[in-house]
Amino acid sequence: MSNTRIRIDFMRGRRVAAVLSMIAILIAIGSLALRGLEFGLDFTSGTSVRLNFSQTAPMDAVNSELEQAGYEDAVVVNFGSDRDIRVLLPLDPDAEAANEAEQAALTGEAIAALLRERVDSGVILLGSDYVSAKVGEELAEQGGLGMLVALGIIMLYIAVRFQFKFSVGAVVALAHDLLFTLGIFSLTGMEFNLNTLAALLAIIGYSLNDTIVVSDRIRENFRTLRKTEPVATVNVSLNQTLGRTMITSFTTLLVLFSILLMGGESTQGFAIALIIGVIVGTYSSIYVASNVIIFMKVTREDLLIPVKEGAEADGAMP
Amino acid sequence: MLNRYPVWKNLLILLAMVLGVLYSVPNLYPDDEALQVTHESQQLVQADLDNITTALAAAQLATIGQELNDSGILLRFEGVDEQLRAKTAVEDALTDDYIVALNLAPTTPGWMQAIGAGKMNLGLDLQGGVHFLMEVDMDAAVLGRMEDNLSNVRSILRELRIRTRGLTMVDSSHIEVRFASADDRSRARSELIDNFPELQFQNRETSGLFLLDLRMTEDTMLQIQRDTLQANRTTLLNRVDALGVAEPTVQQQGSNRIVVELPGVQDPAQAIRILQRIATLEFHLEAGPGAPRSSFETYDYVAPEGVFTVNVDNDVILQGDRISNVRPSLDQNGLPQVQISLDAQGGNQINRVTRDNVGRMMDILLIETRSRTNLVIDENGEEVEEVEFYEDRRLISHARINSALGRQFVITGLTQREAMDLSLLISSGSLAAPMTIVEQSVIGPTMGRENLEQGIRGVQIAAVLVVLFMLLYYRVFGLAANAALIMNIVLIFAVLSSVLPATLTLPGIVGIVLTVGMAVDANVLIFTRIKEELRNGLPPQQAISAGYDRAFTTILDANLTTFLVAVVLFTIGTGPVKGFSVTLMIGIITSMFTAIVGTRALVNLIYGRRRDLRSLSIGVAPVKPAAGKN
Repeated sequence: MSNTRIRIDFMRGRRVAAVLSMIAILIAIGSLALRGLEFGLDFTSGTSVRLNFSQTAPMDAVNSELEQAGYEDAVVVNFGSDRDIRVLLPLDPDAEAANEAEQAALTGEAIAALLRERVDSGVILLGSDYVSAKVGEELAEQGGLGMLVALGIIMLYIAVRFQFKFSVGAVVALAHDLLFTLGIFSLTGMEFNLNTLAALLAIIGYSLNDTIVVSDRIRENFRTLRKTEPVATVNVSLNQTLGRTMITSFTTLLVLFSILLMGGESTQGFAIALIIGVIVGTYSSIYVASNVIIFMKVTREDLLIPVKEGAEADGAMP
Repeated sequence: MLNRYPVWKNLLILLAMVLGVLYSVPNLYPDDEALQVTHESQQLVQADLDNITTALAAAQLATIGQELNDSGILLRFEGVDEQLRAKTAVEDALTDDYIVALNLAPTTPGWMQAIGAGKMNLGLDLQGGVHFLMEVDMDAAVLGRMEDNLSNVRSILRELRIRTRGLTMVDSSHIEVRFASADDRSRARSELIDNFPELQFQNRETSGLFLLDLRMTEDTMLQIQRDTLQANRTTLLNRVDALGVAEPTVQQQGSNRIVVELPGVQDPAQAIRILQRIATLEFHLEAGPGAPRSSFETYDYVAPEGVFTVNVDNDVILQGDRISNVRPSLDQNGLPQVQISLDAQGGNQINRVTRDNVGRMMDILLIETRSRTNLVIDENGEEVEEVEFYEDRRLISHARINSALGRQFVITGLTQREAMDLSLLISSGSLAAPMTIVEQSVIGPTMGRENLEQGIRGVQIAAVLVVLFMLLYYRVFGLAANAALIMNIVLIFAVLSSVLPATLTLPGIVGIVLTVGMAVDANVLIFTRIKEELRNGLPPQQAISAGYDRAFTTILDANLTTFLVAVVLFTIGTGPVKGFSVTLMIGIITSMFTAIVGTRALVNLIYGRRRDLRSLSIGVAPVKPAAGKN
């Protein structure tokens, strides 16, 4: 039979973990309600101008030149390398351009010309974008709706394949991971853009993967380990899957850190969100999903649905 | 016990590998930087190519390939520098009617192209270009249709000699007709109801007046919006073709937007100029001799015999979106004419108006929204360019109505050239409703290349790290997992390049990278399970078999749920969300194949035939010695 040794008594700390998780989620919700998210340009209307300098971009000089030229609200950030900058500007309602797109193009050229004259003659205009908040908002709506539909379908699938209590566990764990990640973005004021949104969607996939693997083992052990208490069965299952959980999280984090360090500015938000998601996802499949299952008083009988296995188990009963 | 795969399974894996390599290899052939030269309306000929060659020789630029084909002239260059210099040189040598566009030309061998093996389409964020999101003014589309209806109602009532106390368009979906008596109203109603199946009729009374409300139904409005969007997309496609871009995207997004992506185009101003050349047609009658000054506008008409002025009545008798087909032809006497076909309702409309007006003149107005660049002096006293948009209304046809017109009619009295121009203008020019650009972004070629390089570097480093780790941790089994991982990446690229020619974007690359990290998960599950079985005392061959079998349900459950999520995201999402979910879905399928079937085949090859197998090279030694219990 399987190795039923318990090396780490995960479930002993389950009450503490539950309280900690709840506090964390409350803080996350509170921060989301009060501070909100620092939405990137994808979600706010404005113009983004990307410029390349012939040498390290003198940020202070760029800032003061822009301010003198009347772009007081301009936000200048480095992106990609120290020679590339991005200037973010709110839309100018008094601009004479025919439409916002025109305005973006004109603003880009104006800023490039200004900096070429005053700061660095080798400034190259990489691009200037106009982004309307409407599009970002719609995408966020789609993303939000997508997540809800996805959660619903997952609940249904797990309820059919496993049992209803497991699907509650998995969905609570998912919601926990998403809220936690969003909460960190809200607390730290990191930019939330479309890449971050994509990362949240990826977290669903990852966290779910982890939870299913653990749940699968719990189901198997409930069927095979007979005279064991539910808490002990869960503990055994967590210990059996621990090796795999660690290794997979490790390789995924390996990949994410290489994106974070090598992938350039445009994928950083994505990598950070996913790193948080992977860590929380690993934690939540142990302390959220399993905890919910125990809390809902899962029993062996819940999982003895297949007639064949049930008969076999009955026959083996002393 | 032995672990062996049947021959067909091994062959299947081999086949998948061969196909995977074959269809992903074209991505290794770098594209040539190229120029695509086309003309607004003519086929290019050898003389054009000679002109260009002379101009390039004068600028001391060498091409590495030239092609003259139906779609224009393609010139290949060594690098971006030559390409950009050549663009200026070629543009200077040709007139403004020629379009010179930056392009990338494939270098894959002919036989690969013949079996459909091509490169992945790179998104704009990876190769640079212009992205527009255009919003169609749906209110204008509905309003246009309702204006049509208004003038039709008016002419029907006039024809039936039913007197009204006036017609008003209350809003874009509502017309109000006032009558003096209930009798007039019911006569009008019974007549109109047959002519306007798309309208809802309702009686209403106020202060001694008998009102008839005509409202457009929800369904009709939706139908108009759908038709309008489709029509605008087609027109945009024609115009984008005129830009000569290699692989343009013109896609519908949502209910009222169209995405236009022009890879390689670096000059958004030129693109906007061509895309926004909004033109619509309107058919009017010439104003009668005694018409009040407020009921017409005066236009210049350029006829062969000279320029004269025409008074055009303000009522629109037909909107250009009713035209279904236009072509120039010759009449029985060999004189040039333009044949116009209308849709059913357009046919009814024009018939009703023209049969009462035989002998009068019918006028066609072309309304174009154009932009012009003015040099203005800004506050710093410097000359800057300013783009200004204006509406240009031109009378393009002034012809006598010789008989009542139907769904098909001809415009005669034109020269050959005029007939050609007119039909071209009508067919390519007309947008069903005006559009505005709501989002625009230009991604420079340097930035695109940087994104691509960083993305590829991310994949490479991640892959190397994971491969090293798996090798150190799982030894021989790690080797099998690594082979599966590499095959997985090859398969993903193959599928993305040919089977599902999706456009690879940055989120897409990230999706692939993530699959690399997660793909090993299946193998980790299998290998930990094998280790566990060894620890429980199973002999190696049985442990391998049990490990694969037991891990399978877990892998299936985990991947199936993730796949479901990807499907949901794909259905609901657009743009980056879609790109990411496509690579995720492909990754899940290929990784399940390579991680389960692929590694098993390798493990079977290495260990499967050895009856005396005592231990497995699967990393950290099991807690109990494998041979302990048997």
